[in-house]
Amino acid sequence: MRHLLDFQGWSRAQVESLLDTARVMREVLERPVKKVPALQGFTVATVFFEPSTRTRISFELAARRMSADVVSFAAATSSLQKGESYKDTLLTLEAMGVDAYVIRADAAGVPHQATRWVKGAIINGGDGRRAHPTQALLDAYTLLEALGGLEGKKVAIVGDILHSRVARSNAELLSLLGAEVVCAGPPSLLPQALPGARLTPSLEEALEEADAVMVLRLQKERMEAGLIHLEDYIARYQVTAKRLKRAKPQAPLLHPGPMNRDVELEGTLADSERSLVNRQVQNGVAVRMAVLYHLLVGREGA
Amino acid sequence: MILIKNVRLVDAAGERGPADVLIGEGRVLSLEGGKAQRVVDGTGCFLAPGFLDLHAHLREPGEEVKEDLASGLLAAVRGGYTDVVSMPNTKPPVDTPEAVRALREKAAALGLARLHPAAALTLGQEGRHLAPAGLLQEAGAVLLTDDGRTNEDASLLALGLVQAAPLGLPVAVHAEDASLRRGGVMNDGLLADRLGLPGNPPEAEAARIARDLEVLRYALRRSPARPHLHVQHLSTRRGLELIREAKRQGLPVTAEATPHHLTLTEEAWASLDPLFKVAPPLRSKEDQEALLEGLLDGTLDAIATDHAPHTQAEKEMDLLRAPFGIPSLEVAFPLLYTELHLKRGLPLPRLVELFTDGPRRVLGLTPLRLEVGAEASLVLLSPKERPVDPKAFASKARFSPWAGWVLGGWPVLTLVEGRVVYEALK
Ligand SMILES: [Zn+2]
Repeated sequence: MRHLLDFQGWSRAQVESLLDTARVMREVLERPVKKVPALQGFTVATVFFEPSTRTRISFELAARRMSADVVSFAAATSSLQKGESYKDTLLTLEAMGVDAYVIRADAAGVPHQATRWVKGAIINGGDGRRAHPTQALLDAYTLLEALGGLEGKKVAIVGDILHSRVARSNAELLSLLGAEVVCAGPPSLLPQALPGARLTPSLEEALEEADAVMVLRLQKERMEAGLIHLEDYIARYQVTAKRLKRAKPQAPLLHPGPMNRDVELEGTLADSERSLVNRQVQNGVAVRMAVLYHLLVGREGA
Repeated sequence: MILIKNVRLVDAAGERGPADVLIGEGRVLSLEGGKAQRVVDGTGCFLAPGFLDLHAHLREPGEEVKEDLASGLLAAVRGGYTDVVSMPNTKPPVDTPEAVRALREKAAALGLARLHPAAALTLGQEGRHLAPAGLLQEAGAVLLTDDGRTNEDASLLALGLVQAAPLGLPVAVHAEDASLRRGGVMNDGLLADRLGLPGNPPEAEAARIARDLEVLRYALRRSPARPHLHVQHLSTRRGLELIREAKRQGLPVTAEATPHHLTLTEEAWASLDPLFKVAPPLRSKEDQEALLEGLLDGTLDAIATDHAPHTQAEKEMDLLRAPFGIPSLEVAFPLLYTELHLKRGLPLPRLVELFTDGPRRVLGLTPLRLEVGAEASLVLLSPKERPVDPKAFASKARFSPWAGWVLGGWPVLTLVEGRVVYEALK
C-alpha cells in the first residue's frame, strides 16, 4: 500500500500484518529508551488544515520514536478561504523533501486530492466526516488486546453516527476483521446506511450482548443546528452503568476523546476500569508508528 | 461566397442531402452549388443551424479572471454556438439597462457568437425588489432570472412573471428549495452518507418546481398576457414528472437539461474530485434515465450548458469549499452527439433541435431551417473522433470532467450570418 486513505482495497491479511507491527512498536514504547532508528533519514510532515492537537502530537511522537525528522504545518481554515491552497502548501513541503504527509482536513477527500499532487506517502489523519483510519486501527488494536480476537464479536458504536468519521472507519475496519458492528443513535443523527454496520435508533438493541461499546463525542454544533435536543439525547442515548448491564459483563468502553462527561457517557464510567480510553491513547502512538513504517519502509512487505 | 460541397444537412425537420451549400450576403443562396471564392469539402460531415445556449456564465463583469466575453464567446463558437444567453449573476449582477447595453456592445465588437444577455429578475439578485423589466427588455435582455440564487419569495416571483409576460420575456428559475438543500454539496443518498458529505436531496428540486408551478398558475390568473416560466438545469426524475404533467395541462412552462446531468451521475463522486461539483448536483442513474426520456418525449425543450468557469486553484479546493460548476461550451455538442446519439440512439435531428429550435422557442425566436434564403448562421460538424483536451480550451477554465473522453461530432466551421467565426479545417 502506498497510502493510508481508508480501508478500501485493504485485505484482512494486510491489516493484520499492520497490527502485528503495531505490537512490536508497542514493545518499543515500553523500553527505557523508547526509540528505534527505523525511519532515520525520512521526513514526515503533519499537515493539519483542521486543528487537532491530540492527533498531531500522537503522529509526531510516532515519527520521532522511529528517528524520522518531523515538520508540522498548521493552517487556519480562514487562510484557506483567502486562497492559500492545499496544493501550494503540499508542493512547498514536497520541495523541502518530505517523504510522508499526515493530512487532516475538515472536508472529505483532501488526502485523496493530495495523492494527485505530491509523490510522497499520504496518511489520512481524518478527513471531514468521511474517514479516520488510524483511529480505527488503534481502536481495533485496543479491542484485540482486550477481547483476544474480533471474529464474531459484537461491537456497539453509540452516538452521532451521521457526522462521525470514527464510526465510518470503525465500521469498515472492524467488519473487515470479522466483528459484527451495530451503530445506534438518534434518528436525526443516523445515515441511511453505513458499509460494514447495522444501524438502529435503539440504544438498547445495540448494547444487547455487546462485547464492547464505543461511545462517540457529541458535538455542540448538532444541538445548534437543531438536530437534537440535549436533554432528550442524555435521557435516551447516554451510555450509563444501568444501560450497560445489557452488554456482556465487563464489556470494555472506548471513546475517541475528548469526552463530554455526563453527556454521551456517564462520568463515573469514564473513570471505571472498563474504560480503555487511556489505553487507546497509548496504542495510538504504536499504531501510527506501524503505519509510518509500513508506508515508508515496508512498502512491498504488507 | 463560401461553398460547402457534398454535405449532409441536419435541422429539427430532419436529415437530408448531400447538398452543395452556397453561402453569401449572410444567407444560404443555394443548396445546389454555384460559384464561390472558397470551397469547403463537406464529405462525411453534416451541417446544422448554429446552436443557441440558453445558459452560459461568462463572468464579465467582475470575474474576468475566470472568463470574459472574449474567451467565453470564442469558446462558444468553437462549440458550434452562434448565439449565447449570458447569465446575470456577475459582479455586480446585470440588473440595469446600461449593463445590458454595455455587454451587447462589447460582444458585438468581438464579432464572435452573438450575445443575448439575461438580466436579473430582482435588483442585485437579492430577491427583494423587482428589476426594471421593461427597460431591461428595451436594452436587449431576452430573459429574466436570478439564476445562482433560488427565488425564496414566491409572491415576488409571481409579480415578476406578471410583469415580464406582456414584454414576452421568460422568467427562468433555479429550482431548489434552499432550506431542504441546506449545505448540500452532492446528491443526497447512500453515497453521500458513505462519504460523510452533506447531501442535497432530489426532493429539494421537486419541492421547488411544485411550488413554482403553483406560482405560475397564480400569475396566469392575474395576468392579461401569458407568463412563461422556464425551469433551468433540471436534474431529477420527480422534477421532470412535474413538468411533464404541467405541460400536459397546458401550462406555459419550458425546461432545459445540461450536458453534465445527461452524461454523469453521482457515482463520479467516488473519486472525491471537486471537478464533479455542480449545482444542482449530479444525480442517480435513475434520474439520468428520466432526463433522457424527457429529451425524447419533449418534456425537455433545450440542452443548455450551464457553462460555469472557475479558476484552477478554486477547483483544487476541497469538496466543501470548491465552487460549483463545469465549463462545457466547447464540448457540449460532441459529448451529446457521442453519448446520446451514437451510443443511445437519440435521433440526430432531435439532438440538433435541442441545440437550435428548442432553445429558440424558449426565447420566442423563429425556427431555423437549412433552406434557400435562411440566415447563414451555421455549424459544420465532423464525425471524426478525438479526445477531449481541456488544455486546448479557449475558455479560461481549462479543466473538464470529460478530459480524455473520445468524442465525435466536433464543430470544424462556425459561421455567423455568413461570416466565418471559427474554423478547424485541415
Ligand atoms: Zn443555476
